[in-house]
Amino acid sequence: MVISNKALRFIIATFVICLPFISFANPETATTNAQNVESQEGSKSGHEAHAEPTDVKSEIKEFINHHLLDAHDFTFNANKETGEHYGFSLPIILWDNGLQMFSSSEFHHGPIADVAEHNGNFYKIHHEKIYKTDASGELTEEHGHPTNVRPLDLSITKSVFGILTVALVMFLVFAGLAKSYAKNGGISSGVGRFFEPLVLYVRDEIAIPNIGEKHYKKYMSYLLTIFFFILFLNILGLAPFGFNVTGNITITLSLAVLTYLITTFTANKNYWSHMLWMPGVPVILRPVLALIELLGTIIKPFSLMIRLYANMMAGHVVLMSIIGLMFIFKSWIGSSLSFVLAFALSILEILVAFLQAYIFTMLSSLYFGAGNEEHHHEEAHH
Amino acid sequence: MQIPEIVGAGLIVIGAGLGIGRIGGSAMDAIARQPEASGKIQTAMIIAAALIEGIGFAALFAK
Repeated sequence: MVISNKALRFIIATFVICLPFISFANPETATTNAQNVESQEGSKSGHEAHAEPTDVKSEIKEFINHHLLDAHDFTFNANKETGEHYGFSLPIILWDNGLQMFSSSEFHHGPIADVAEHNGNFYKIHHEKIYKTDASGELTEEHGHPTNVRPLDLSITKSVFGILTVALVMFLVFAGLAKSYAKNGGISSGVGRFFEPLVLYVRDEIAIPNIGEKHYKKYMSYLLTIFFFILFLNILGLAPFGFNVTGNITITLSLAVLTYLITTFTANKNYWSHMLWMPGVPVILRPVLALIELLGTIIKPFSLMIRLYANMMAGHVVLMSIIGLMFIFKSWIGSSLSFVLAFALSILEILVAFLQAYIFTMLSSLYFGAGNEEHHHEEAHH
Repeated sequence: MQIPEIVGAGLIVIGAGLGIGRIGGSAMDAIARQPEASGKIQTAMIIAAALIEGIGFAALFAK
């Protein structure tokens, strides 16, 4: 391995120093603050779905929920008593009779809480969803769900911000790695030395054994991209002030759909003949098998999606609940116990971050390999 | 969330745990018999465990 002992110690030390920040990594969106303002002003919209949390337990629960959800603004830390929150706002982009662009801070600076006015239209943010409303900022509700029109929301939310950040970091790291080969005569330098073994690992241990020498090259760019994309996002979720991106089912869904599309469109004739009209089985069974096989192609990406989402989501929930124990026990025993548990679990989560990136890439390459398998089963039968 | 759903989710998680335990145990056996193939066995073990784990998580979140 290229990692020296010193570097490893440095990484571990940095991680330990950063541990206390994890408890601040839980953005509390300003909706609760806004509710305070609302109740103080005595406005008529007293039908908010969730009431102000009264005890520590429900407060922790709300905290975790806000951490797991996507948000329209980026909050590092919030002080509920003074109503201050530290962070920055993100752009809101809506498609509502033309492009509407404004800052998410407008939701909190208008005369009515959670309502922003732009080009004569009024928008209300309710549970991180944007609804069109009128000047009074009222939402018509039915069975607890607002029935107002929802404009097409293309905002740069927290998750999109995370994805863009990771894309930028990946571009800088790997462009630097590629350039260093030309500069140093085929030897990587700097941070690229850490990533070179990983790139080689993806090629030699994941792509070649599963796809085969002949076809693996055309899939390498995709496999490396998802491997590092998922790995970086998982690590971002564990970093101080980080947030949960891969624990968001829409993101894992789009990754799984990409794998499905690539498998479907690069598969060869042999793959389709085995799927639709299986050779070597009685003709009566062939349509049944075709149905099962077609269902299987849908289930494969579905399980990819669920696995990544559930692993990251469960990891975050457990880690934050253990940190939350600190506020429930309020004694030195509880705090130190919670710290030790959170420390051990954080290390486990780093392992899971690598493992999930590996599994996603591995299974994707297995599916690509199945789509490219050559016609060779005759020898196996005789 | 009703009681049968909780019990069902629990049963599935128990099943998944037993399955992963079996995979791990068998992999240990295999590695003890053929230490030189440990890399390949580990890879296969992780894939099989991940497939089962997916079911366990699906049960937990579907409840």
